[in-house]
Amino acid sequence: MISDLFSATVLIGIFASGIRLATPYLYAGIGETFSQRSGVLNLGVEGQMLLGAFAAFYITFITESLWLGVMTAALVGALMGLAMAYVTVNLRAQQGISGIGFYLFGLGMSDLLFQKLMGTVETIQGFPKIYIPGLSDIPGIGEIFFSQNILVYGAYLLVPLGWFVINKTTLGLKIRSVGENPDAADSLGVSVERIRYFTIILGGTLSGVAGASLSVGLLNVFQQNMTSGQGFIAVALVYFGAWRMAGVLGGALLFSLINSLQLWIQVLGIPIPSDIAVMMPYVLTILVLVASVSRVKAPSALTRPFERDE
Amino acid sequence: MKRQLQSEWFSRLFDALLPVFATLAALLIGALMLLFLKVNPIEAYKALWTGAFGTSNAFAETLVKATPLLLVGLGICISFRGDVINIGGEGQMIVGALLATWVGLTFVNLPGWLVITLSMLAGFLGGAIWGGIPGILKAYFRVNEILSTVMMNAIAVQLMNFLLRGAMIDPSQAELASKIPQTARLPEAFHLPRLVPTRLHLGALIAVILAILVYILLWRTTLGYRIRAVGQNPHASRYAGIKVPRYIVLALLLSGAFSGLAGATQVFGVNYRMITDGSASGFTGGAGFNGIVAALFGQLHPIWSIPASVLFGALLVGANSMQRVVQVPSALVTALNGLVVVFVVSSEIWRQRRQKRRLTFIDQDEEHAPPSDKEQVSPSGAGT
Repeated sequence: MISDLFSATVLIGIFASGIRLATPYLYAGIGETFSQRSGVLNLGVEGQMLLGAFAAFYITFITESLWLGVMTAALVGALMGLAMAYVTVNLRAQQGISGIGFYLFGLGMSDLLFQKLMGTVETIQGFPKIYIPGLSDIPGIGEIFFSQNILVYGAYLLVPLGWFVINKTTLGLKIRSVGENPDAADSLGVSVERIRYFTIILGGTLSGVAGASLSVGLLNVFQQNMTSGQGFIAVALVYFGAWRMAGVLGGALLFSLINSLQLWIQVLGIPIPSDIAVMMPYVLTILVLVASVSRVKAPSALTRPFERDE
Repeated sequence: MKRQLQSEWFSRLFDALLPVFATLAALLIGALMLLFLKVNPIEAYKALWTGAFGTSNAFAETLVKATPLLLVGLGICISFRGDVINIGGEGQMIVGALLATWVGLTFVNLPGWLVITLSMLAGFLGGAIWGGIPGILKAYFRVNEILSTVMMNAIAVQLMNFLLRGAMIDPSQAELASKIPQTARLPEAFHLPRLVPTRLHLGALIAVILAILVYILLWRTTLGYRIRAVGQNPHASRYAGIKVPRYIVLALLLSGAFSGLAGATQVFGVNYRMITDGSASGFTGGAGFNGIVAALFGQLHPIWSIPASVLFGALLVGANSMQRVVQVPSALVTALNGLVVVFVVSSEIWRQRRQKRRLTFIDQDEEHAPPSDKEQVSPSGAGT
């Protein structure tokens, strides 16, 4: 019942799974932030995640090596990113629509490979929890923050790392300048093409890892269309977070905490229809987009292909 | 002069054939994937072909599948021409279908033709609402429509599950333990009439008529002209006195309305009840996404979208028979559809390049070859 929600164990459970569920959003969202800061909207994240999720699961399933699985997922994501980069940078194709194409490709391809190579739903032993010595013993806090698996920790470490690269390095400066004013960047000798290739491939790699974090980190299973829209949410979180790493982190946490609350509401049998509960994070995301977007400016060159005036 | 006209004619033909090349390229990659899966691609594609066109029943089935693709695609023609990327076809189909089904199950005492008309209008309205919301959010709150339409899809799915498991559930299912999320069956009088003794229903004819109407709307009315003008250059349109936000809302609203109608025809023409497996594609069959593919393939032209929809309808129907005959999962066709989209948008660059070359050529030779309406550079320039 409702009062059950406020017992210490349940609250800890809600926060612990909220922290965990944010993992795929963080990997994919940070990758997407990189590509959008350079002016490229990658809408194929969902497809990259699905193929990554399958690759990680399948390789882990046959080799029993989790790391090999994650690396394959990263590679598959990077290859998808490479294709996306060629199409959007060299062929200057419309980014939103080609992203939909890559999504459909990943959706169909992961399903096809799953049915042909595996056929039935299997489970594996995913990454074990790592209890950080000392910290994990703190009551409550320890269970929420310091008793997660390595992919979860990795996602959170990526936030300051991404922030540092974007804001404090020459590479980050180039990425931002290419996203804000590609013509100026080009005239100063920055290769717009090369920077965008880098960010799109990085985005693809991280999306692949995001998929892996689902199939071998959180759920330890692969099913058709298992990401069920999470890749699209990750793209939304970049807008939501106003193209800043901290904003993406905040959005991912908010979204997954509400999701986790929703799951616990169902577990505890609180009489809110589950369909309505599942709907809530999406409604909230739209509301926050309404509240936030009008204040923040997107990278000026977002979705605009670059063409040098000859 | 004659040679110039010839090359002009040739490059027009080449432009028109680009999507065909894109499909062939996708099928070629599909063949490689089949080889990789140790399946004979010729056999697989033969099964696909016979499944889609082999018998009159098969062909009718292809047209049945093509109908929602065309309807969604018509909406896509409107919104993409207005430079509004509507990804919300799935959700708009669902809400349109929900509203139409509600009408069909509520007004059981009215005559059949009236209920059919009312429910089709209800479908149109439901989709319009679901498309209009992201339209308003984009026009007045600057919320990216790609994201809001994706969110609206997720919300529509939950709304559907909530209603089909609750208020709208088939009374006979409500008593069973299985509780399949479906509504009661519509009375016989409310079914969309069949055209020939197959499953082909009136919806297909409606879709074709609407394709012509959308063509007239886009190229023969002020409303259509303004939607396209806003799509090509919002700034210039604003200076020309067009209320840009209003036409952004209208583009998304109309786009959603056509998807909503697609959802309604699925209920009243194919299943005679609304049923799902809990996912969006459980009801739509993915038409909300595949309609985008069909419209792009038809170069966002309502009339060309007709054969394009038939092609993708055929792929969907053929995929099932391919799965039966050579055991290749029909997911292959989803992947190929994705490739077709990528190839079609990638091939745009060649068309633009040739268009540019044509224009410089016309500039040099102005008195001989005045540019026709189609070749005029859009206000935003051919490079965008």
